[in-house]
Amino acid sequence: MSTLTELATRLNAGEASSVELCQDYLARIATHNPTLNAFITVDADKTLAEARAADAQRAAGHAGPLTGVPIAHKDIFCTEGWRTTCGSKMLANFVSPYDAHVIHQFKAAGMPSLGKLNMDEFAMGSSNETSFFGPVKNPWDTAAVPGGSSGGSAAAVAAGLCPVATATDTGGSIRQPAALCGITGIKPSYGRVSRYGMIAFASSLDQGGVMARSAADCALALSVMTGHDPRDSTSLERPAEDYTRDLNRPLAGLRIGLPQEFFAAGMAPDVAAAVEAALTEYRKLGATTVEVSLPNSSLSVPVYYVLAPAEASSNLSRFDGVRYGHRTAEYADLTEMYEKTRAEGCGAEVERRSLIGAYVLSHGYYDAYYIQAQKIRRLIANDFTEAFKVCDVIMGPTTPTTAFNLGEKADDPVQMYLSDIYTIAVNLAGLPGMSVPCGLGRNGRPIGLQIIGDYFAEAKMLNCAHQYQLATDWHTRVPGGF
Amino acid sequence: MSLTLDDIQRIAHLARIRLEDFDAAQTQSHLNGLFALVEQMQAVDTTGIVPMAHARDVHQRLRADVVTETDRRDAFQAIAPQTEAGLYLVPRVVE
Repeated sequence: MSTLTELATRLNAGEASSVELCQDYLARIATHNPTLNAFITVDADKTLAEARAADAQRAAGHAGPLTGVPIAHKDIFCTEGWRTTCGSKMLANFVSPYDAHVIHQFKAAGMPSLGKLNMDEFAMGSSNETSFFGPVKNPWDTAAVPGGSSGGSAAAVAAGLCPVATATDTGGSIRQPAALCGITGIKPSYGRVSRYGMIAFASSLDQGGVMARSAADCALALSVMTGHDPRDSTSLERPAEDYTRDLNRPLAGLRIGLPQEFFAAGMAPDVAAAVEAALTEYRKLGATTVEVSLPNSSLSVPVYYVLAPAEASSNLSRFDGVRYGHRTAEYADLTEMYEKTRAEGCGAEVERRSLIGAYVLSHGYYDAYYIQAQKIRRLIANDFTEAFKVCDVIMGPTTPTTAFNLGEKADDPVQMYLSDIYTIAVNLAGLPGMSVPCGLGRNGRPIGLQIIGDYFAEAKMLNCAHQYQLATDWHTRVPGGF
Repeated sequence: MSLTLDDIQRIAHLARIRLEDFDAAQTQSHLNGLFALVEQMQAVDTTGIVPMAHARDVHQRLRADVVTETDRRDAFQAIAPQTEAGLYLVPRVVE
């Protein structure tokens, strides 16, 4: 399977056209998507039109570094002229009239879209089982979940159905599926990627990012995505940066913080062994490790499941059957139209979170739940500030176990929520986080190493991941049959 | 604390989601499971801690009071369930 750099080199050398590359990937999608269900929408005519435009741009001498290299997008990003469903029946018929900022950036870079990737409904889930369009299968074992909510993005990259994919991360939705599918994924610092046109789940936590086959590829793609966008009020006024700039720095002297709370009961033995082996590799590369403490991190799941549903219940109130999306067929009055439209349009998990949110924001409960959660959120963020006084990056497991089986946790939401125990605190603090493949578990399913950086330390994290990938080959492993 | 079925139906109405009785019972069980976990928060002393509303403490930017959007009403209304004469149609709300 090719890296972005290899694809770009072939395009530059005239060995392949963008049309040919896209045809190859579309053929792989046609072969494997019936099994994996990673794509919700594929439209070869649109893809090839974009590829022809990229080839014309190159012929005219206007090619950028990634012009003509194909990408696929999580179906949470509004894409003009493409159906954009967010994994929901509510938007099953929604053809976006505009492009998200992220889509605009990749179009401007000349990267044709291979299609729209499956995801948990409105990004609410950790297994991709809440999608209205059916679950995605993990390419390493089709009995296993790919993780979520960016399960389609992770499975497609792992199976070589696209070389790179966009994704989003509210509580772990890039890092957890990247870990479970054995690929590299990065969620930058909050505010780094514009949320304009990215369908909102929990606005103070949502952040776009990328998944690819290596840290070097993530660095190339992330460099296209970031930068200030005045259309998102939380987009930070920092210019775009070149995230490849530090990839080749040696790691001698790097201080890695190991949170004692992450290396405790709850982590499966095979995950613990793989993470420990990765840390041994980092020590060989010249890094030192230091124990740090995130004493409030155990509260991150309860805090998240107050704050995220509260924000979601507000954001999802826009899905009312008036301006776009699903509307129920029969109704006597406006209230009935809203209530039936939303009940029919939303799946069980989305309904559950909308109700949790409405409850914690309601009169009499607001202080005890919502405000208390916001206060503990600050304690969690402060823990990281303390930790970064003695280390440059924090490392640990991305998930407590390898991928679980389809259906295994579907009836027990709280167990499902706990699969994000190591990732959620990072979103609450707004820090950048990534997952890098670091081994295979007892059952042959992938394991991810999580790397957490201080604010705007993405280039440093990608440097750490790239140096590890130069010394190891876990990121080059391909699931059997692909 | 435990939510009753009446509580669940009241919250569902607040959220404008119609819940059938069977779904309400299952939702009740799931929500009570979650709130058992959430109760851990009540043991934390947060005296003097300022609530953190946002990942980064940023200020809302101001911009010049000028029109920046173009008129795309036709494109937006082309995907609406029901429109007439440039307006979105909903059931009558004022008698």
